[in-house]
Amino acid sequence: MDKVSKKNLEYLINRKDNQYEVIIGLEVHAQVLSESKLFSTSATKFGAEPNTQVSLVDAAFPGMLPVINEFCVKQAIKTGIGLNAEINKRSVFDRKNYFYADLPQGYQISQFKDPIVGEGKVILDMPDGQKEVGIERLHLEQDAGKSIHDLDPQNTFVDLNRSGVALMEIVSKPDLRSPDEVSAYIKKLRSIMRYLGTCDGNMQEGSLRADVNVSVRTKGSKELGTRCEIKNVNSIKFMQMAIEYEANRQVDLIEEGKSIDQETRLFDTKKNETRSMRSKEDAHDYRYFPDPDLLPLEVSDEFINNLKNDIPELPDDKKKRFIDEFKLSPYEATILVSDIDTAKYFEEVVAKMGKNKDMKLAVNWITGELFAVLNNKNLEISQSPVSAKNLAILVNLIKNGTISGKIAKTVFELMLDGDKDPQKIVEEKGLKQQSDPKAIETLIDKIINDNREKAIEYKQGKEKLFGFFVGQAMKVSGGKANPQLINEILKKKLQ
Amino acid sequence: MSDITKLTLSELVKNIKDKKLSSEEVTKAFIDRSEKSKELNTYITEDYSSALEKSKKFDQKPNLDLKLPGIPIAVKDLFCTKDIRTTAGSKILDNFIPSYESTVTQNIWNEGAILLGKLNCDEFAMGSSNETSFFGNVQNPIDKNLVPGGSSGGSASAVAGQLTPITIGTDTGGSIRQPASFTGTVGLKPTYGSCSRYGIVAFASSLDQAGPMAQNVKDCALLHEVISTYDPKDSTSIDFKRNEYSKELTNNIKGTKIGIPKEYRVDGMPKEIEELWQKGIQYAKDCGAEIVDISLPHTSYALPSYYIVAPAEASSNLARYDGVKYGFRAKGENLIDMYEKTRSEGFGAEVQRRIMIGTYVLSSGYYDAYYLKAQKVRKLIKNDFDDAYKKVDAILTPSTPSSAFKIGEKKDDPVSMYLNDIFTVPVNLAGLPGISIPAGHDSKGYPLGLQIIGKAFDEQNILNIAFAMEEKINFKNKITDWWIK
Repeated sequence: MDKVSKKNLEYLINRKDNQYEVIIGLEVHAQVLSESKLFSTSATKFGAEPNTQVSLVDAAFPGMLPVINEFCVKQAIKTGIGLNAEINKRSVFDRKNYFYADLPQGYQISQFKDPIVGEGKVILDMPDGQKEVGIERLHLEQDAGKSIHDLDPQNTFVDLNRSGVALMEIVSKPDLRSPDEVSAYIKKLRSIMRYLGTCDGNMQEGSLRADVNVSVRTKGSKELGTRCEIKNVNSIKFMQMAIEYEANRQVDLIEEGKSIDQETRLFDTKKNETRSMRSKEDAHDYRYFPDPDLLPLEVSDEFINNLKNDIPELPDDKKKRFIDEFKLSPYEATILVSDIDTAKYFEEVVAKMGKNKDMKLAVNWITGELFAVLNNKNLEISQSPVSAKNLAILVNLIKNGTISGKIAKTVFELMLDGDKDPQKIVEEKGLKQQSDPKAIETLIDKIINDNREKAIEYKQGKEKLFGFFVGQAMKVSGGKANPQLINEILKKKLQ
Repeated sequence: MSDITKLTLSELVKNIKDKKLSSEEVTKAFIDRSEKSKELNTYITEDYSSALEKSKKFDQKPNLDLKLPGIPIAVKDLFCTKDIRTTAGSKILDNFIPSYESTVTQNIWNEGAILLGKLNCDEFAMGSSNETSFFGNVQNPIDKNLVPGGSSGGSASAVAGQLTPITIGTDTGGSIRQPASFTGTVGLKPTYGSCSRYGIVAFASSLDQAGPMAQNVKDCALLHEVISTYDPKDSTSIDFKRNEYSKELTNNIKGTKIGIPKEYRVDGMPKEIEELWQKGIQYAKDCGAEIVDISLPHTSYALPSYYIVAPAEASSNLARYDGVKYGFRAKGENLIDMYEKTRSEGFGAEVQRRIMIGTYVLSSGYYDAYYLKAQKVRKLIKNDFDDAYKKVDAILTPSTPSSAFKIGEKKDDPVSMYLNDIFTVPVNLAGLPGISIPAGHDSKGYPLGLQIIGKAFDEQNILNIAFAMEEKINFKNKITDWWIK
């Protein structure tokens, strides 16, 4: 396999005499979160029976006309605001003409010259610092239907449920330089759109997929190489694999003195390779022209401002606030804000902890125990078996000394079954920490008395034995004795 | 009453309201005459028995407050009619039965009218003689083997031949006004956005408009009043205050300024047309209008621009007829083969010609030189009219450069056929209303029409001018019933 240098976290492809840099740009297709389609009132629910969510407009019956869904326009503008982008007050819907069985109109309504959203930017948090990725544009377009080739040996079946569903195509500038940056970029886009409620970001259901443009150039070169477009990749892992393969393929061609053809390629997930789909010569002539069935889309400043007022706190701002207000580390804050549901959970825990809260402890419990459980059970945080309220109570129980961290783990295990109240578990199981110094002193006196020889050895310098006495105290108390008090009293007694 | 079919719409409505005639009697009269008129080939689909049933039902519980109470009407087969075959004059939709109703026809049924059947037209409304229809030529009632014009040829022929009291057509470049002119009837192309395009088989979306066709201006005004409504299902429908056109109709046009554009005096225009125009000017003066010479400098670019824009839109609009979802499908080896055979066999020669022209002018490398330039010219043409309307209230021109021609005469000469639209096309490009009224006969006794072009949304004004001139012209259509044996 080819070597990839990660010095200074730079992603370079090394060959005998040359180092190559990889240039990546993405065209992300994000399904607009909307109950109805872009130009019709049909439903958009995922997984419905084939052809049950199809109107006469979606199936392009004679004389049927598209009518823009205002909600989808709002969603696109909100996304544009989330991408710090320019909102175009006038945009135009064009027809992109081509024939395919699952494209009933014979054209896709899209936006070509005048998209609804112009240039913007996204900030990525990379291990070596922040990176800005430029957004070229965002436009609205219709999805096509689905051709199903494997149900019948002779015929192709067509499902038009997806036909006419609203998509946002988000085009990045060629600012990405590594598979890791691509991963961070997709995750950030997904995060922003989930915060905004404009796309559910569900890659398994195809709500988020991308065309990946890859080119390579020798390190230090300013010119862009010939690019290849890898069509319709639907997972971050596959994007990364496809880029890795494709970049190496291009480098090999250059090293062999061959040229790279500008073409559209497909990523074969089974063979882990890209292969040519169509060359530039075979590229479709889409004959774009403004759709005469639709007037130019015009939005007022007031319309945009109303949407701006509707924008929730987005990940970058939330992260800043978590650092300022809760004194979290940037690393902790990044983890907690990356997904809106995690952020919501964390904020609920914070709220429920009340005045005397231990933020560090709460973060550790969420990113430690809770994440481990979710991972194990393959659950989203929105499906967490432990509610934010009960986790807050648990953290408070530790903080105010009612239970030790160790006991807390036992309590947490018990909470998983039906989101039980930790307070009740502690009471029912008698797990309350012993924090009465007198009682602990009595306990320790007895232990020292029972192990007089070891106490003498300790006093003679065998300091390792301190742990033995702590262990004995915990054992005798059934783990309930306050470990801090045990330490303090033991030290005093063994002096 | 033996000559029910000779009555105007207004007379029929009055008779039904006065209970002198039943809807059934009227419907039966038009069906009988239609049955005897098969040689005209006006109908693609007849719906007579259902029409009779509806008329009986109407008579049982007549709602006489409606504007078209129990009036039978045949409509152009470009309007989708629920559960009634709608072909657009094409083989590719030969078996197509819509499950929905166009807004314009729905408006008509809502006012009490009854569907008689679907009228012949040029295939996808592409033609000026009704010769491109898959369902054959339509005869002009004026004379044997004469074209009725197109594309609303069946509609014009049916009104002139009294097979329907009134009808609706569509007009993309003259498809209402030119056949009206050829058959001695009245046809109005409304302002773009006045009538909903929902449920009308599309030809060129930015130009298509439905409109009324009738034997006189008053009937035309009444039908327009019924069909012109704002429709949220059509994004290009315009929400403006519509008049009660028939009620507000007046022949008092004193002081109205009517412009005469010098650019419409085209090379090779027959003397008869020029004379008709002069007569028209005199009639307008007699009505009290003031005649003003105006200039519409970009007129000569209208036809070439139209024959870029309309085919471009058509090439895209007709892409949906691919054999996959509905309509005609040819057998093919694979998807591409099926597409090619379906579209080669399903579309006629003229439609194929326009799809090819349209595809060509939108192709990368040609787009700027053709489509984009044509759109710029379109803007200039609109500006011409805007400038003219600073000086005048309406414009008077001939409707067509000639009277009706013989079937087959221009079939193999598309350019000569396209020239038929030379006076009507600028109106569509500018989105304005225009009406054609019969104004005289040529030496062969064939009718000739005059066109009155109005400001956008000013249908009332051109209807008034037409109404006033109609009275002065006192045109009588010469229908000999030659086709009835």
